[in-house]
Amino acid sequence: MNILVFLVPAALTLGLLGLALFLWTLKTRQYDDLDGAASRILFDDVPRKDTTP
Amino acid sequence: MTHSLLRPEGLHPGEQPLSRLACAHCGVALMPGQGEFCCNGCAGAHALVRGLGLDAFYRRQETSAGTLRPPEAPSGVDFAPLARAGREGEQELDLIVSGLTCGACVWLVEQALAAEPDVLRARASLTTRRLTIAWRGAPSRGNQFAALVARLGFRVAPWSPACLRATEDAEGRALVRALGIAAFGSMNVMLVSIAVWVGGDMDPATRHMMHWLAALIGLPTVLVAGMPFYRSAFDAIRARRVNMDLAVSIGIVATTLMSLSETLRNGPFTWFDGATSLLALLLAGRVMDRAMRRRARQAVAELLALQEGTVALRLPDGTTRAVPVESLHEGDLVLVASGERLRLDGVAEENVLLDLSATTGESLPRDMAAGEALPAGAVNMGAAFVLRVTAASRDGSLAQLARLLERAEQGRGRFVSIADKAARAYVPVVLVVSAGTFLGWWQWVGVSWQEALVPAVAALIVTCPCGLAIAVPAVQVAAVGALFRKGVLVASPTALERLATADHAVLDKTGTLTEGRPELLDDPTLDHEVLREATAMARSSRHPLAQALVRACDDAPVMEGVREFPGRGLQRGALRLGSPAFCGVEAEISSGMELCFCVAGEPPVTFRFHDRLRGDAGEAVRQLQALGLPTELLSGDGAGAVEQAAAATGIGPWQARATPADKAHRIETLRAGGGRPLMVGDGINDAAALALAHVSVSPGSGTDLAQAASDIVLRSEGLTALPLAIRVARRAQRLAAQNIAFSLAYNLVAVPMAVLGFVTPLIAALVMASSSIIVILNALRAGKETHA
Repeated sequence: MNILVFLVPAALTLGLLGLALFLWTLKTRQYDDLDGAASRILFDDVPRKDTTP
Repeated sequence: MTHSLLRPEGLHPGEQPLSRLACAHCGVALMPGQGEFCCNGCAGAHALVRGLGLDAFYRRQETSAGTLRPPEAPSGVDFAPLARAGREGEQELDLIVSGLTCGACVWLVEQALAAEPDVLRARASLTTRRLTIAWRGAPSRGNQFAALVARLGFRVAPWSPACLRATEDAEGRALVRALGIAAFGSMNVMLVSIAVWVGGDMDPATRHMMHWLAALIGLPTVLVAGMPFYRSAFDAIRARRVNMDLAVSIGIVATTLMSLSETLRNGPFTWFDGATSLLALLLAGRVMDRAMRRRARQAVAELLALQEGTVALRLPDGTTRAVPVESLHEGDLVLVASGERLRLDGVAEENVLLDLSATTGESLPRDMAAGEALPAGAVNMGAAFVLRVTAASRDGSLAQLARLLERAEQGRGRFVSIADKAARAYVPVVLVVSAGTFLGWWQWVGVSWQEALVPAVAALIVTCPCGLAIAVPAVQVAAVGALFRKGVLVASPTALERLATADHAVLDKTGTLTEGRPELLDDPTLDHEVLREATAMARSSRHPLAQALVRACDDAPVMEGVREFPGRGLQRGALRLGSPAFCGVEAEISSGMELCFCVAGEPPVTFRFHDRLRGDAGEAVRQLQALGLPTELLSGDGAGAVEQAAAATGIGPWQARATPADKAHRIETLRAGGGRPLMVGDGINDAAALALAHVSVSPGSGTDLAQAASDIVLRSEGLTALPLAIRVARRAQRLAAQNIAFSLAYNLVAVPMAVLGFVTPLIAALVMASSSIIVILNALRAGKETHA
């Protein structure tokens, strides 16, 4: 059962990492425009403007 | 290219488009004589898109035909004051962009703006239709950016506070966060729990460690993720009510406490997994429910934002400036353009012709004498005039009505939904059973109180309101989503339930049964060539009657060099099209619903118009009656027009010349008699009746006040969506009742087992998951189209 000493913290750390990542995506408002995000991935390369701001 | 096959807007079923070619920009079918585009606006938009090198847009556009036709008149809103100054001279502007319906549209708008040298960022959201532009430079550039988007064919309006309220959903975000935490917690607790379930030969020390591990994850999860339920339950207790959230909270808290006691005494199982997965399931249902309703709310806010605008304040030096309505005071002078809606009450110095259909329901425009009180909401059908404001926005007739609506809304808040009704009966029973189980095991069987807690809480959790709590929201989500796709926006959480139980339908005429816009009357003596020529002239005007001519004869080419005399008519050389007075015709009695057309030296031709019934009005009324709702017509219009409409649609009793108070009174009478009236109306004069009705519906073309007062907004053209909505609502009610009955039936088996102590956490988890799945699958049937 000694293996649990490593496995359980490892599993929990990974889970917490996932949770932290989820909270970050929520905080950066990545769920606000789900429809748009679905199409955005198909956009062509941007015809860039000549002048840089 | 799929849009060349689409039927252009404005043509009625059965009529064939005259051409198979479609406008290269907006996709409307072209008339003979038109080259590549349906109008100059589209030609300009196409040139703009090509010039920017963005023609890839046309290969991917998925908009329906006609939605991208650029408006001919600029919106007149001054966006410069709306820009927010940021750091280092940065300006930011939020707009709502209507017509933004596909990914390609988002791409087009963003790229067109990005091509402007001073734009730093442009980001459009497809879900919320919100466009945020940031640039470095003068605030007035905002107007040019808005105009650019408008030239592409989108309608732009300032991002209003109402839009923000509909989108900025802090509570919804809190729910999603809670769901994330609950999902994480339940999965990790389950990891530990399964080890305990299968590890029967586990030594007690290891099991104790496992229990503590589960408590370590489970306790914070239950505490944080359960917050939305605890808060709602707490509110319910303070209001001395019982709701579903109270049942959920009691179940979860009791399960957690019992698990803690089991952890301390190292019992065979803990139940943290049950508590956390119950939370996760319930939160998932709630998040879906909220997202669906948010979409409907956003769509309504978008409709309203497009109606909001600024007014042209006349300055002492004779020039005008666009200002927000709220900034005006009594005595200010406002220029009301031809075809514009009056935003404030006032008086004019001259005789004016007003379309009062929104305020009184009259379908014919009325001549108002100088000095007569002009109500806000009326539309100027004549020449531009100067309005002297008699009441500021917050004291005007519209504001009074809005306050009335608020009061009515509060009264409606007392409606008890079916889920809460079930909870009221259910919660006490469950608590009694659970308490009885505890006492029975403790006193009668004689086990320790910790051991007695286990079956008692097991009874709580298997009767768990899970199936029950998810039973109704799941049905709602499926039904509201299906209706959304059919263009029916359900804005209120209890609207479907109330719609299902409505037993009487009261309809308004102007704008509801009828299209609310003039239509050319058939006249067999009319020469088609004359009509074509008149229409060619009319194409250059935005006047409602000129637009009606264009709709009646859409194969006419555009005539160049036409001069418009606002409110009076159009002239080109010897040709005149306009009011009888403008054409020098002695009209018997001018109804305001006619246009004269004359060529010098020839007898004038008169075109008459009327407000036509919606194509499906008769069908909708028949279906409503078939659904068991007696229909009646209440209109502010004259008896002749109302009787005609009533006869044509087969609607039951009708009443003409009904004032707003009459309408509200009729609804109150129906309610007092125990009826549950459904009110359908679009005007400001209907708003009070809409707010008082059991459930209210307004068409998407209705006034903003009517839509704000309605539970349901029909975005699609036509009324048949209404009987469809009633069918879906009734079906949803049936399914909700089935789901509740099913959850209760489940408990008939599960409760005795729990009381007798046979239920382990494994069995509870299975019961919970399977009942939830069955309930959800049943709910999905609510979205299907019914033919009942």
